[in-house]
Amino acid sequence: MSNVLIIAEAFKGQVRRASLHAIGAGQQLAKRSGGALHVVLLGKGIAEAGKSLAATGATVHVADAEGLAAPLAETHAPVVVALAKSLGATYLGAAATAYGKDLTPRAAALLDAAMATEVTAFAGEGAAVLFRRPMWAGNVLADVELGTAVKAFTIRPTEYPQATAGAAGEVKAVAAEVPAPKTRYVSFQEVKSERPELTEARVVVAGGRGTKGDFKPLEALADALGGALGASRAAVDAGWAPNDWQVGQTGKVVAPDLYVAAGISGAIQHVAGMKGSKVIVAINKDPEAPIFQIADYGLVGDLFKVLPELLAKVKAGH
Amino acid sequence: MALKIVVTVKRVEDPESKIRVKPDGSGIVTDGVNYKMNPFDEIAVEEGLRLKEAHGGEVVVVSIGGEKSATEIRAALAMGADRGVLVRHDGPLDPVVVSAILVKVVELEKPDLILLGKQSIDDDQNQAGQYLAARLGLPQGTFASKTESLESEAEQKKVPGLKLAADGKRLEVVREIDGGVETLDLPLPAVVTCDLRLNKPRFASLPGIMKAKKKELKELQAATLGADLTPRVVVKKYLEPPARKGGLKVADVEELWKKLHEEAKVV
Repeated sequence: MSNVLIIAEAFKGQVRRASLHAIGAGQQLAKRSGGALHVVLLGKGIAEAGKSLAATGATVHVADAEGLAAPLAETHAPVVVALAKSLGATYLGAAATAYGKDLTPRAAALLDAAMATEVTAFAGEGAAVLFRRPMWAGNVLADVELGTAVKAFTIRPTEYPQATAGAAGEVKAVAAEVPAPKTRYVSFQEVKSERPELTEARVVVAGGRGTKGDFKPLEALADALGGALGASRAAVDAGWAPNDWQVGQTGKVVAPDLYVAAGISGAIQHVAGMKGSKVIVAINKDPEAPIFQIADYGLVGDLFKVLPELLAKVKAGH
Repeated sequence: MALKIVVTVKRVEDPESKIRVKPDGSGIVTDGVNYKMNPFDEIAVEEGLRLKEAHGGEVVVVSIGGEKSATEIRAALAMGADRGVLVRHDGPLDPVVVSAILVKVVELEKPDLILLGKQSIDDDQNQAGQYLAARLGLPQGTFASKTESLESEAEQKKVPGLKLAADGKRLEVVREIDGGVETLDLPLPAVVTCDLRLNKPRFASLPGIMKAKKKELKELQAATLGADLTPRVVVKKYLEPPARKGGLKVADVEELWKKLHEEAKVV
């Protein structure tokens, strides 16, 4: 029997949606291995968020402590590790968010576990789970075997369904011994936005070098469609967009219903982060831009003309 | 106050190369593929150099791999790093093995700061820095970035994105994470992994390249360091990702709107 422990993530007292996908992945793994599914949530003031997760049928362990208020890998990892040991967990997983990517490898190392990042599927037969994951910016998929007793992973949320409801699971408090961290948590400046989270939005309007730093037409279209904004690496590098807007293998992976790539050439690195979108629209002045090869609808033109015209259509069409 | 900084660099396939899977799924086609320093490691090297230029100290470049990895170390030396260490290991490199070797290198070099790229663009694991910090019991600042533009005045002046405290004992790290910007203050020694926009790496100058040839490049054998070199992340099969069919062009916004509204029904 191989127990599964999924690390969920709370942000401002709410469970992040990406975590529900990670628990969905955990349900698949627990079913396949015949083990029990456990979820751990760490933070301060997260009791209600923890209770909400019991509907997934998992046993939910809530580590609610002042010392865990800051999402530091240095303090969260030892608590996860102690719990994983006490549960005899074979699998330790999380969503591939900034928190999951920071924390999971640290916890894995302390458990002498090898790890697979951004897993998109569980392959292999029976108990011999292979972790399918992208390499070389998504040019290649690899089926990976982890040769350690405990196996750790992060999942790509777009590739797994959210957790299904089950018989209400038990909620347990973790009596966590939180070590005093060496790290001092100086500040967290929330970037407040009325727009949906990039990875959760139904529509994403993303800009690249072709925007020349002016995202206004993109913002207007995104807002009219209730969408989020994204950016290519070039736009992030130039400082036109924050790092957490970056769509690509080294940034966020998104799969919205509609992805509008404006002034983005379509480097493989970027495409890796958005090719799972249902419909891709590309707007670029260069008819040879590689983005057109993967776009469902390509329009060769100046985004500063095209986007306002499209916005007018959207406004008239609703 | 002088900082001793270890920066790790990895030899990887040029990110501009088209990577294809061998027909039998045993690996990737390497014919015609160029190699270079992992782009995130270039950012780490640049940051190490800026910290040294601002505060004094030494930048030691470490790579693990075959003899060809000396090329990437020389490239970092040409940018201005002081000396190199190549840990020869021809076996597979996974984050478990890499961090085990780096623990030994850190024990030998005793740096104040270890800088890594946040991930290498070949296996895209994003783990080595976190494993290393855990194994050494050190604080970690992953995905270090800065909020200022790469066109900013500070960037032109090559001001480090990582801020060293006046006493030289702590380092401030800014991280752009989901939903906001986090600032951490790490006591040294610490492990920091570098993300995009921490800096814009410099190009090596011709005199830099000439000087690099004379800089010390020490070779160590991984097998003699006492690290467990057993691969723990083993690729059993490589596959081509499913291709996406696209390529349809529309004439104008009118047609685009019709497609989106009436055909795809996404708006």
